[in-house]
Amino acid sequence: MPTVSVKRDLLFRALGRTYTDEEFDELCFEFGLELDEITSEKEIISKEQGNEKAEGASDVVLYKIDVPANRYDLLCLEGLVRGLQVFKERIKAPVYKRVTPNGEIQKLIITEETARIRPYAVAAVLRNIKFTKDRYDSFIELQEKLHQNICRKRALVAIGTHDLDTLSGPFTYTAKRPSDIKFKPLNKTKEYTACELMNIYKTDNQLKHYLHIIENKPLFPVIYDSNGVVLSMPPIINGNHSKITVNTRNVFIECTGTDFTKAKIVLDVIVTMFSEYCENPFTVEAAEVVFPNGKSYTFPELAYRKEIVRADLINKKVGIRETPENIAKLLTRMHLKSEVIGDGNQIEIEIPPTRADVIHACDIVEDAAIAYGYNNIQMALPKTYTIANQFPLNKLTELLRYDMAAAGFTEALTFALCSQEDIADKLGLDISATKAVHISNPKTAEFQVARTTLLPGLLKTIAANRKMPLPLKLFEISDIVVKDSSRDVGARNYRHLCAVYYNKNPGFEIIHGLLDRIMQLLNVPPGEKKGGYVIKASEGAAFFPGRCAEILARGQSIGKLGVLHPDVITKFELTMPCSSLEINIEPFL
Amino acid sequence: MADGPVAEVLLRQLAAADGGLDSAELAAKLGVEHQAVVGAVKSLQALGEIIEAELRSTKRWELTAEGEEIAREGSHEARVFRSIPPEGLAQSELMRLPSGKVGFSKAMSNKWIRVDKSAADGPRVFRVVDSVEDEVQRRLQLVQGGQAEKLGEKERSELRKRKLLTEVTLKTYWVSKGSAFSTSISKQETELSPEMISSGSWRDRPFKPYNFLAHGVLPDSGHLHPLLKVRSELRQIFLEMGFTEMPTDNFIESSFWNFDALFQPQQHPARDQHDTFFLRDPAEALQLPMDYVHRVKRTHSQGGYGSQGYKYNWKLEEARKNLLRTHTTSASARALYRLAQKKPFTPAKYFSIDRVFRNETLDATHLAEFHQIEGVVADHGLTLGHLMGVLREFFTKLGITQLRFKPAYNPYTEPSMEVFSYHQGLRKWVEVGNSGIFRPEMLLPMGLPENVSVIAWGLSLER
Repeated sequence: MPTVSVKRDLLFRALGRTYTDEEFDELCFEFGLELDEITSEKEIISKEQGNEKAEGASDVVLYKIDVPANRYDLLCLEGLVRGLQVFKERIKAPVYKRVTPNGEIQKLIITEETARIRPYAVAAVLRNIKFTKDRYDSFIELQEKLHQNICRKRALVAIGTHDLDTLSGPFTYTAKRPSDIKFKPLNKTKEYTACELMNIYKTDNQLKHYLHIIENKPLFPVIYDSNGVVLSMPPIINGNHSKITVNTRNVFIECTGTDFTKAKIVLDVIVTMFSEYCENPFTVEAAEVVFPNGKSYTFPELAYRKEIVRADLINKKVGIRETPENIAKLLTRMHLKSEVIGDGNQIEIEIPPTRADVIHACDIVEDAAIAYGYNNIQMALPKTYTIANQFPLNKLTELLRYDMAAAGFTEALTFALCSQEDIADKLGLDISATKAVHISNPKTAEFQVARTTLLPGLLKTIAANRKMPLPLKLFEISDIVVKDSSRDVGARNYRHLCAVYYNKNPGFEIIHGLLDRIMQLLNVPPGEKKGGYVIKASEGAAFFPGRCAEILARGQSIGKLGVLHPDVITKFELTMPCSSLEINIEPFL
Repeated sequence: MADGPVAEVLLRQLAAADGGLDSAELAAKLGVEHQAVVGAVKSLQALGEIIEAELRSTKRWELTAEGEEIAREGSHEARVFRSIPPEGLAQSELMRLPSGKVGFSKAMSNKWIRVDKSAADGPRVFRVVDSVEDEVQRRLQLVQGGQAEKLGEKERSELRKRKLLTEVTLKTYWVSKGSAFSTSISKQETELSPEMISSGSWRDRPFKPYNFLAHGVLPDSGHLHPLLKVRSELRQIFLEMGFTEMPTDNFIESSFWNFDALFQPQQHPARDQHDTFFLRDPAEALQLPMDYVHRVKRTHSQGGYGSQGYKYNWKLEEARKNLLRTHTTSASARALYRLAQKKPFTPAKYFSIDRVFRNETLDATHLAEFHQIEGVVADHGLTLGHLMGVLREFFTKLGITQLRFKPAYNPYTEPSMEVFSYHQGLRKWVEVGNSGIFRPEMLLPMGLPENVSVIAWGLSLER
C-alpha cells in the first residue's frame, strides 16, 4: 500500500478547516485511507540517523497516509484534497478538458527502433502553470509515487517532465546504441555517454535500481528535440537542459513504457492532478504522438466513460435499500458523477479519467457502499444451508495429534522450507535422490528446497532445546513435498508423521512401541496378513547399520524407523543417541 | 531427620538452657557444621510448636585464603624484607620470589628497603632498617582470634581492599522452647503404607504434616503445539458454522491458480521475484484447464463479463510458472472452479487453514511461511451486509466482539473491507482480517452463474 506524506497544515488549509488527529483519522477510515503516522522530517531523521543529524531539520507536522494501491488519483496532496472535498460535498468534481493549442501542437515522433526495448510513448503539455515550492515538491513526489507503484519501479512506465520553453519541437523518441548517446544528465555539469552513465549510476542509491531495465540491451531509448537536445534517456534519467524549476511555466510531459494502457493512465493522473495550477484550471494542452506505422494519436486521453447500473443491483450487492436518487448522490460523492435515467431505476455513471480503477460495475457498487458508510450497513446472516465436512486427511491428522500427545510426545511445528543440506548431506543422501522441489530465488540458504522429510525439522528443534531435561520426545504431523509428474503442477504433498526420541540410550523400543500404538489406533493389526503391519530389517543412509527397519502396512511400504546414524546426530549438532520414525499416513484414510 | 542426633541434642540442650540458645554457638560447641544445626531446627519447626526459632543475622570479619597465609607466614613486604641478606640481593632475583612483586613495592613505600641501580651486575636491593614490625600480620592475627573489633574501620577497609579480609553475614537462629516443648519426640510417619492399612497401625502413629505450599510433580506427558491448538479451535469454529474444509495439501501451485485465476494482473507487484518463491524445478505447471485458461486470458487482456479488463498482453508462460503458494486463496479458486462445474449450482461454505509462503528474510516480524485462515460462502444474492454478518459471528466465537470495517483494496475482491477490532490493551483499533466479495472477473470465467456472489475473508493464524 503506497504511503503519501503531506504537510498537515497545508492539507488543512486546502481542506478549508482543521481537524484533530482523531477526527482526521476517523475521516480517513471512513474513506478507505489510513492515517498511518503523525511525524515530522526532524523526527524521521532522528529516528533513522540519530538526534544529532536531525538538528535543524524541519519540524512541520507530517501526516503519512496509506492509500489503496489502485487509487493513483490519491497519491498527492492535490488528489487527496479533491477526493475528500468531493466526498464531503464541499466542492463538485472538476471536469478535465483537453484543449488544442491555437499555435502549433507539440509533436512526439516514435521511431521503429523503440519497438524492441520500450515501444510506447504518450505526451501532454501543462500550459501557464504556476508552481510554488510546495506545489513543485508535490509534483516531483507524485512522479516518484507513480514510478514506485503503477509504473512498477519504472519497468512498465517512466515519466519525464521538462521545461518546454527550453526546448523546441517536434520531439523524437528513438533508440540508439549506448555509445552514441551523449548528454548532460540531470544535476551533472558535464556530458557523458550512456555507457558512462550506466557505470556512474551503479553507485547511485536511487538510480541503481532502474539500470537493469535497459542494461545489456543493444539499443537504449532516448528522446531528442528538434535541435538534438536530449530530453531524457528513459527509464533512467532526464537531461539537465530541460530541467524544470519552481519558475517553470510550461511543462512538457512524456511517459514511455512497455504497457500502453498504464502509460496513458499515468499521463492522465499527472495532468489531472496538476492542471489545477494552470492559468485555465483543469485544462490540459494536447500533444500529438506519431507511431512508427504513421498513425497519429492525441494525448492525454482524458476519457470520460459512461456505465449504466441498475439501482436495485447496487442495493442487492451491498444489502441496503436506498432510492436511485440517493444512490446517484452517494456515487457523485465518490467522484463518479451519476444521475437517474430511463425507467427511474437506472443510474448513469460517468467515470472520470482519474478513476482508472473503476473497470466493472462491482467497482461502482463498492463506491456506493463506501459513501453509504460500511459501518452503517445492516448486518445479516446468509440463509445458506450447508452440512459441514472435514477434509478427511486433516480429520485423520487431528485424531492422531491428540493421541501422539497422549502417548507422551510433544508436538513441534517446523518450517516446510529448508536448505538442501538439511534434507540431503546431513542425512547422508545425495540431493538428486530426494525428488525435492527447488526454489529458484531464495534470499537465504534456509529456503532452497521444500522438505522431503520431517526429520531434519525435528532434529533442529531438538538442537535448539538441548538444555531441556532428557528424554526429548517430539513429533510432527505435516506435509512434505516431492516432484510428481502425474500432478498438474508436477509436484505433490504427502502427509507425514514423524517422531523422535532423544536420550542417553537410543530407545528403539520406545519408538517401536509408538509405532505399535499408532497402528493400534489406526486399527491395523500386527502381522502380514489381512492388511496388517510388520517391520522388516532394512537400511537407510540416515540410520545406524543394523538398526533400521522398513514399515510395511496394508501391503505397502509406508516409512522407516530406527536408530539414527552417529554422523547424522553429529551433523545436527546433537550429542546423544536418537531413534526416529517417519511414515506416510495417507494410506490410512 | 526430626529425630536425627543433632535434633535430639538440640532439644536436650534447650531443656537445660536458660531462655534459649544460638544455632551457631551450638554448632561450635558440638563441633558440627552450622548447616546441620539449621537442618535440625527446620525439621523440629515442621513438627509444630515444639520449638520457636527466630532468624538473626550477624556480620563477621573473616580472613580470605591469602589473609590466612599472611597471618601464618607474614606479609609479602615482611617476607621480602627478611629474604634480603645484609650484602643485598639482585633485584631480578628478588622478583622471582613468590612474594616478590607485591612485597617489593610495599616494602619500598614503607621505606624498609632501597635499590642501588648502579651496582655492577644490575640493580641491587638493600635493607634500609635493621628490623621491621609486621603490622599487617599482627592485624590479621587479631581478626583470626575473633578480635576484629579491636581494629579501626579504616584499618579493616584497607585490609579488605587488599583482599585479605571479607565481611560475611551469618544467618543464625535463636532457638527457644515452644508451647508444646518436649525433649522426647516420637518419630513421625511420612506416608501411609499398605502395611499400616492392613495392620491398622496408622491409628496410633503421628504423621508428618504436608507442606501445601510446595509445588506438585508435573505429570509426565506430551503437549500439543500452542499455535496448532489455535488452529484446531478455529477449525472447530468453522465446522460449528457449517463450513466444509477445502483440500489445501498442495504447497506448490502454478501462477495461474495463485494469481491469474484471481484476476491478479501479471505485472502485479506480488508476482515479483522479491515477494514470491518461484520454483527452479519443476519450473512450470504441466497441465492447465485450457478452456478456462482462455477465458481468463480474455478477461485480463480484453475484458468481458461487464469488465474493461486490464488491457495488457497476457502471457501463458507467465501463468505456467510454478511457485510456493502465496495464499490459500489459490485453493479457494480451485474449490470454486470445481463448484462451478457442478450443475445445477449448489450453495457452498468453505474454509481452510494452512501454510502459505512469502519470499522474506526472517526476523522478529517477518516469516517466510505462516498459516492463512480463509472462509468462503457462495450463494445467490449474498451482500456486503451478509459478509459483515458472517464476520461478526465468526469473530464473536473467537471472543472478538467490537468490530468495524474499513474500505480497502484487494486485487480479487470488490467491494473489499478490512476488519478492525478494538484492542483493549493497546487502546486502539487493530486490523484483524481482510475480506470482500470476489470480483465477477474471477467468478464468471470459472462458469459460476451470474447472480451467485461469493463472499470471503482471510486472516493469519500467527497474529
